[in-house]
Amino acid sequence: MNKTFLIFRHEFLQTIKRKGFIIMTLIVPLGALLAIGVYQLISGITEPPVEEVTTIGYVDEAGGFDQYTTHGNIELIRFNTPEEATTALINGNVSEYFVISGDYISTGLINRYTLEKQLETPSATATVIKNFLTYNLLKDKVPPETVYRIESPLNLVVTRLTETGAVAPEQGGFANLVIPIIFGALLAASLAFSSSYLLQGLGAEKENRLMEILLSSVSTRQLITGKVLGIGTASLAQVAIWVAATPLLLNQASSSIGGFISTIQIPPNLLALAVVYFVLGYLIFAVLSVGVAAVSSSVREAQSLASIFTLWTIAPFWLLSVIIAFPNSPAWVILSIFPFSAPVLVILRLGLTGVPTWQLATSMAVLVLCIIGGLLLASKLLRTYILMYGKRPNLREIIRNLRSG
Amino acid sequence: MLAVEVNHIVKSYADKVVVDDLSFSVAQGEILGVIGPNGAGKTTTIRMMMDIIKPDLGTVTILGEKLTEASKNRLGYLPEERGLYRKLTVIDSIIYLASLKGMDRHSTEEKADELLNQTGMLAHKTKRIEELSRGMGQIIQFIVTIIHDPELVILDEPFSGLDPVNTELLKGMVNDLRNQGKAVILSTHQMNQVEELCDRILMIDNGRTVLYGNLTEIKSSYRNEISSVILDFDGELGQIPGVIERCTHKGYTELVLDGNTTPKQVLEGLVTTGITINRFEVAAPSLNEIFLNVVGRNHE
Repeated sequence: MNKTFLIFRHEFLQTIKRKGFIIMTLIVPLGALLAIGVYQLISGITEPPVEEVTTIGYVDEAGGFDQYTTHGNIELIRFNTPEEATTALINGNVSEYFVISGDYISTGLINRYTLEKQLETPSATATVIKNFLTYNLLKDKVPPETVYRIESPLNLVVTRLTETGAVAPEQGGFANLVIPIIFGALLAASLAFSSSYLLQGLGAEKENRLMEILLSSVSTRQLITGKVLGIGTASLAQVAIWVAATPLLLNQASSSIGGFISTIQIPPNLLALAVVYFVLGYLIFAVLSVGVAAVSSSVREAQSLASIFTLWTIAPFWLLSVIIAFPNSPAWVILSIFPFSAPVLVILRLGLTGVPTWQLATSMAVLVLCIIGGLLLASKLLRTYILMYGKRPNLREIIRNLRSG
Repeated sequence: MLAVEVNHIVKSYADKVVVDDLSFSVAQGEILGVIGPNGAGKTTTIRMMMDIIKPDLGTVTILGEKLTEASKNRLGYLPEERGLYRKLTVIDSIIYLASLKGMDRHSTEEKADELLNQTGMLAHKTKRIEELSRGMGQIIQFIVTIIHDPELVILDEPFSGLDPVNTELLKGMVNDLRNQGKAVILSTHQMNQVEELCDRILMIDNGRTVLYGNLTEIKSSYRNEISSVILDFDGELGQIPGVIERCTHKGYTELVLDGNTTPKQVLEGLVTTGITINRFEVAAPSLNEIFLNVVGRNHE
């Protein structure tokens, strides 16, 4: 049997049997399920509450404000004097009250009284008061339809067109940002975990002094190829499980959270690009891990060295709010081409503004070139340093030894 | 066909020449001992033979050809820096590493049972490697080295860390390999093991060959250079001309001679003292003495 395949099979099976791998594979969908459950619990959706009628009192000193007193579950009750309203508030008959001042028409002054300490008037209350005032001001002057239109003048529907004038398949908006964020997070997690598995595997073989035994049976090329493919396939399987669980979780979320989540669709081009960037991202971090493991004296040292690079996969999430605020900054173009940040950042940007084809092509080309160059360098490092134990060479020694071959 | 032919290999790292124009060969059915001080270039030489490191110059021929992926299956290598997958069981470790030597699972299991039984390790077959003692781990590593019936076996410090019982066990197995017609290269610091097991030796110092050949012949050639005699006597010995040092052992005294005095002259001197000589023989230098003499001379 082909030796590369034997190493591939061994690495794949050993990786999927790891406790850490099994826990990680399950924890992501289970964690999401738990989050949905917690949301349901907090928002009380699991046991829909009986809608209580809130009663708000008012005192009409201006006169003429006596209609349109029911707004959904908010009921407005008129009091003759502020004293009556205050008594009702203290007795709990109303949750709050407001006074329409006598010179309201000229000043617009409304005094609101409540027992609660609030930063500002809740928007629902403010809307009810505003609509109550508007309706009573306009009644008998304009038709009721016009009053409703004044209350709600805008029902904005935005359609994104392509350059040919056709309706674009991706329409933007927050709903369409959800999938790239989920994909970006899964990609960042899988890249960090898979390169960590590879580091642990190579580092442990170096630490356990197995490398020389293996190299007496196989070549460096077979060893690297088998390991990278074996661990990469295990990581891909992990991501596949996460992605397969996503529609189920979204269904669960939309049935309870509702709203825009039910409108989410996974665009096929995003799925294809996610797979491409996973493969390229994994390979760039894999060759990096091989190089780092070769020059490190222990697994711990290798992991801390590699974390300098794997942080770049998480960095786009730190910058997410800045990316949303300034989506067209040249900084994102540069970071979309920089090989360590490109995979996750490109996926995030696809959901925000789209990424021009030239940037996608450049980013992929740079990744491919870095993978090839990195592989050559990592193989050389592995051959030179994998059998050196105890001390990590400094950068000058590494460069000198690489030059001398 | 020679099992190993190494011709004028050279290896340098940065400015340091680690192996300098080294040549030797190993025939089937013989054990070659590779000895030398720390940093002499033994391990680098072995790694070049195993194609783990490429020589800058020179050629290495293993079993009649340049080492390939296929011919690696005909080699068994126990490196000095060695270990196993700590989380795997003994049998799973053996099966995986033997599969990389081209063995199928069924024949590996059969042969593993036989070797585990021979080494008294059968009861530990399903234990994890991390549960074994260091010595037990070394026995498993030795089994992994020979399980695929290699034609050439390279052992780098195979006895280090082993207790006397396991050392004897392994020595017996190494002898068996020679008797089966395998070529064995044994690199070690333990001179007594080399004297006991090896047919020929290659002594390396500073990457160069300083001694190479049949062990008995080398020892004979050093009889004159490191000259001492063994004496068992009764009486008062007194001063003997040409003797620079006396070492008293249980049952005999060793007289170390200066470079200008022969054993015959010492015997003549002893006769004149009137002591009763029960035994007089020219002492053959031990490999350890030869090693110290040669390496010490090179480092003066």
